Amino acid sequence: MSAALSSTSPISCQLNGARVTFPPDPSARLSSALRGLGLTGTKVGCDAGDCGACTVLLDGAPICACLCSTAQAEGRDVRTIEGLTATNPAAVQLQAAFLRHGAAQCGFCTPGMIVAATALLERNSRPTEAEVSDAIGGVLCRCTGYRKIVAAILDVPATAFDGPQPPSGTAIGARIARLDGRRKVTGADSYGDDGAPADALVLKVVRSPHHRAAFAFGDIGAFLTAHPGLIAVLMAPDVTGVNRFGVIAPFADQPVFAERETRFKGEAVAAIVGEAEAMAALDLSAFPVAWTELRPALSPDEARAMGASRLHESRPDNVLVRGRVARGDVEAGLAAAAVRAEGLFETGFVEHAPIEPEAGWARRVGDRIEIHACTQAPYMDRDDVAAILGIAPEAVRIVPTAVGGGFGTKLDLSVQPFLALAAWRLGRPVRMTYSRRESIMTTTKRHPARIRMRAGAASDGRLLALDVEAEFNTGAYASWGPTVANRVPVHASGPYLVPNYRARSVAVHTHVVPAGAFRGFGVPQAAVAQEQIYDELAAALGMDALDFRILNALGPDDPTVTGQILGPGTGIRACFEALRPAWTRARAEAAAFNRGRAANGHLRRGVGIAGMWYGCGNTSMSNPSTMRIGITHDGRIVLHQGAVDIGQGSNTIIPQIAADALGVPLGALDLAPPDTDLTPDAGKTSASRQTVVSGKATELACRALRAAILRMANAGSDATIRPAPGELRVDEAGHRRLIRLADLPLDERGYAISAEETFDPPTTPLDEDGQGHPYAVYGFGAHLAEIEVDLALGTVKVLHVTAAHDVGRAINPTLLEGQIEGGIAQGLGLALMEEFHPGRGENLHDYLIPTVGDVPPITTILIEDPNPVGPSGAKGIGEQALIPTAPAILNAIHHATGTRIRRVPATPDRVLAAIREAHLAADPSPPGEGESAPADRGGVLPGWGCPHPGSTLRVDSPSPIGRDRDRTDQGQRP
Amino acid sequence: MYLRPSTLREACEALVEAPAAILAGGTDFFPALADRPPPPRILDLSRIDGLDGLEIIDGVLRIGARVTWSRIARAPLPPCFDGLRAAAREVGSVQIQNVATLSGNLCNASPAADGVPPLLTLDASVELASSSGTRCLPLAAFLLGNRHTARRPDEILTAILVPVASPDATSCFLKLGARRYLVISIVMVAVLLEVAEGRVRSARIAIGACSAVATRMPELEAALIGASPAALGSLVRPHHLERLAPIADVRATADYRSEAALELVRRALRRCDGAAA
Ligand SMILES: Cc1cc2nc3c(=O)[nH]c(=O)nc-3n(C[C@H](O)[C@H](O)[C@H](O)COP(=O)(O)OP(=O)(O)OC[C@H]3O[C@@H](n4cnc5c(N)ncnc54)[C@H](O)[C@@H]3O)c2cc1C
Repeated sequence: MSAALSSTSPISCQLNGARVTFPPDPSARLSSALRGLGLTGTKVGCDAGDCGACTVLLDGAPICACLCSTAQAEGRDVRTIEGLTATNPAAVQLQAAFLRHGAAQCGFCTPGMIVAATALLERNSRPTEAEVSDAIGGVLCRCTGYRKIVAAILDVPATAFDGPQPPSGTAIGARIARLDGRRKVTGADSYGDDGAPADALVLKVVRSPHHRAAFAFGDIGAFLTAHPGLIAVLMAPDVTGVNRFGVIAPFADQPVFAERETRFKGEAVAAIVGEAEAMAALDLSAFPVAWTELRPALSPDEARAMGASRLHESRPDNVLVRGRVARGDVEAGLAAAAVRAEGLFETGFVEHAPIEPEAGWARRVGDRIEIHACTQAPYMDRDDVAAILGIAPEAVRIVPTAVGGGFGTKLDLSVQPFLALAAWRLGRPVRMTYSRRESIMTTTKRHPARIRMRAGAASDGRLLALDVEAEFNTGAYASWGPTVANRVPVHASGPYLVPNYRARSVAVHTHVVPAGAFRGFGVPQAAVAQEQIYDELAAALGMDALDFRILNALGPDDPTVTGQILGPGTGIRACFEALRPAWTRARAEAAAFNRGRAANGHLRRGVGIAGMWYGCGNTSMSNPSTMRIGITHDGRIVLHQGAVDIGQGSNTIIPQIAADALGVPLGALDLAPPDTDLTPDAGKTSASRQTVVSGKATELACRALRAAILRMANAGSDATIRPAPGELRVDEAGHRRLIRLADLPLDERGYAISAEETFDPPTTPLDEDGQGHPYAVYGFGAHLAEIEVDLALGTVKVLHVTAAHDVGRAINPTLLEGQIEGGIAQGLGLALMEEFHPGRGENLHDYLIPTVGDVPPITTILIEDPNPVGPSGAKGIGEQALIPTAPAILNAIHHATGTRIRRVPATPDRVLAAIREAHLAADPSPPGEGESAPADRGGVLPGWGCPHPGSTLRVDSPSPIGRDRDRTDQGQRP
Repeated sequence: MYLRPSTLREACEALVEAPAAILAGGTDFFPALADRPPPPRILDLSRIDGLDGLEIIDGVLRIGARVTWSRIARAPLPPCFDGLRAAAREVGSVQIQNVATLSGNLCNASPAADGVPPLLTLDASVELASSSGTRCLPLAAFLLGNRHTARRPDEILTAILVPVASPDATSCFLKLGARRYLVISIVMVAVLLEVAEGRVRSARIAIGACSAVATRMPELEAALIGASPAALGSLVRPHHLERLAPIADVRATADYRSEAALELVRRALRRCDGAAA
């Protein structure tokens, strides 16, 4: 019939001002058709309209290209980031503003943001902030916390694109725009799914539909025959090396393909490889495999009760690992305490949700395999892939693509083993991109935690003791479970002097997706408990929560709970002090609001505070970084920058450190990007270690190179090095010496002059009580959250966050603010909305991350108390930024409502239930109907400014002191 | 086969030949594919003449099958449509509103479809066309359950028909979700009030996401007639909402939904009263 679009009629449209023809596949999504034409600036993050990364303009209106069939675009005007970059003045100004404000971090959402904002500015050149929010509300960003994006859009027309380059010697401390920023704002950066050769085969994985199942394959040969274009099926026996991998070698336990039984929903059993077209048409449910569902253990309780039925034979009781730190006598400390508080706190699975799903491609080059994929840990990938293939590590080349967000999840292998096995065997390039569902279902999560704490303080407010028991659901495989179980006992005291301390942790296997590394390695979960318990102690003492923290803040001469004296650069007290003005103002404002009519009966404001400390680098384990810098015969200075930039900024920070250490302008450096063939091992991008550890290695290498140059020129240490074509000019006291580079023989690294240095932060092992020096550098910070609770609906709106961080030395304040704002957004998600339920909601409309409308204005206060070890005194920030947000919000909820939320996320139903419970406890008589609108009930809550003299309110605290709380709350009322 | 007819007649004939998956704005269609390839037979509505209309004829607003949420949000419509337009602005994001249709929202029949409560309060009906003719069904009779409608496989929903309420009717829509944008409703409430001489003449109230299909609250509506608008919030009693059968899911518990529905209805009534004043 006439209406049918046959599969041969090409489809054309007006694309970026020119007429183009798409391949004849009318039902293909416009996003994939555009990308098929090489316009990979249109990113695909979810294929469901949930993330907006694929936003394009269709007849001028922003739409998600993943929800539009190619046929629907026929004859219409389509504009993408590439076209806008070339011709649209508003888009070009937005790009400049994004760079200047640091509004792009990983850059994966950036094209979608800029396209959506262009549509706005085309209609309305002077939008309000609310209009900006509405315009970009449909684009998710996981890195920035949105504030810099909003600021950038409001700042159009903005000034210069790349910002001025600072003169030699002043790179550190300068607000330099990301050096890789331009390719991010134009959509030109190449991520995991962007660079595969056109003829690459496509790979898809067959995954378990059950939490736990036995399985049997049917007739694979018949399946292949029935599906022309499919080339191979790979299963466990096809793994040429060991069918086992893991980020911590002694615990490696995860198979590439399950062998007899699958241990979590989504575990791989087979991979299908075929020509792209055949794979696009393939329905995986046609694959011949029969499943027998087995009874799973989904919680640690179930897993421990399973007794003999172990997930891993060598791990009795399904316990992966235990951790312990003990100091002083915790029971004696508690007994001596004048006030005590205790509580059980729970946190759920949290998904990293980087907007870029895992993706990459691989090819075999002779007897070597080359993998291009998004990763946070190229050398770890290299070693694991080598073991899986059964070849030498040197035969594996890992070329990290740009990474569209990681946050810990891209430390573990995802696509790499499948791609490597297939490309190795088939000798053709193979590509794979996880669907959003696959990504959520199978990649690591934040460990769900159940944490019990008991704490006590003396009547003068000094902390006496803290007892911590933490249980983590570590999922089916080890991943970073041991790291979490070890890091938490070291950190669970918070940045305070706690003389009597005991923390015990256990990580338990269950039949769910492995929990792994997620920004903070368990410390954010511990802080949710500890910072709330400390608030309770302060309340029991009748002490101001900030005063209590300042009194107990760890000083430079105080021992930590592992007995380490941190010395200079222990800036936690300064962080708290810096929050004092905001604390005073915000408490007064909240009180006034709660007394006033604006509260409207059902709104209450609250202010909460929380502190944080976090050790940079591996816990008591070697984690060196090596950096190389060389000068070529023609005078190019090449920095081998192997610290993978996942959006956090190492592509900019490391060169800033290098430029100043070498004494050349930043613009004089060329970057050799991470590539295991080109860059030495700079370790993994995790544990807030790249600025500190790789930065220090950079500083050492560049200083060594500088020393070598000055030696050659026979110049003193104050001389200036000026790179020029073919030569170096070394000026000292009006005297110039020339080093003619071509005259120098090439060294073993292929340079005229070069240097390479390794830095491994000095730590000591922990003894059986966890005593020792686990980290060389710690970062500190404190957040203050101002929130508003709707007492009748249980909804919580965060109004403002003030964040004070001791960063040692702010190498790039703009990037630091970006880390802090992004960390706060993730902390807000952890506190209020994010929870993954294994087996359910494997998408970004059931799993909610904050949108632009959820992240409040943020004020950042940077404190620079230099650390003697870090480069120029710098400390890490990546994880530090997230840790205090959730407890600050939870403390604010308590302040507003008198209710402690002990189970996060504090979703509206949980908050309302807690408020009701507190209300019942206060007044057990059932509320009358009619005029008992919740609005009216608000009056009996112990919120500020709503005195209710008659009520003896008991809040849901199991501790004896809980009963006194409203008395102490009233005691605090100004 | 991808079918893209240019007339309704052709489209209906195609559905007689064999059932097809109907594609409008695609915002439910594509996400529902999950990781599977598209269905073998697709009927794309994008070229059919006459499905774009948005006009009031003889006191009835006709919303053509291809009218998007963005068009509703921008349309100059009488105040009885304020609730529907508020819902339009709350659907997903701008990107979604620009292509998603009201008709698709109804045909997809999600319990959390934001279009349903306001259209229920507007006493909307749907027009269904097939090669054997056209029929109209009240919206409540069209929506049969979660993802289940009275549409036969050979039918196309061609328009939503809405009688325009009296000019002094006011309406509003309140949506509760766990974040600001791109959020599936935990509960949503639509209210349409007609007030004459300081008394409620009629009240129409519908609640969504608290039962398999959003429903009107006739007991509550009856209880409000004759009341003074300022007192409405306090007249709402839990038993008025007994028709609701909320479930627990990843978004909220069932109990929470009941409580929140009660609170939102009260607020919506106050808001409508405010609008009337
Ligand atoms: C990111 C995102 C956010 C969303 N947020 C919301 C939200 O906040 N609130 C909300 O209610 N919805 C939301 N939705 C769902 C969706 O946008 C709406 O349901 C939309 O109105 C559907 O219209 P459509 O034109 O896109 O329908 P399509 O996806 O094209 O079709 C939907 C279904 O209806 C059928 N159909 C469509 N039109 C007809 C017709 N004329 N005749 C017969 N059958 C037809 C289709 O076959 C299909 O089964 C969201 C969707 C996404 C992707």
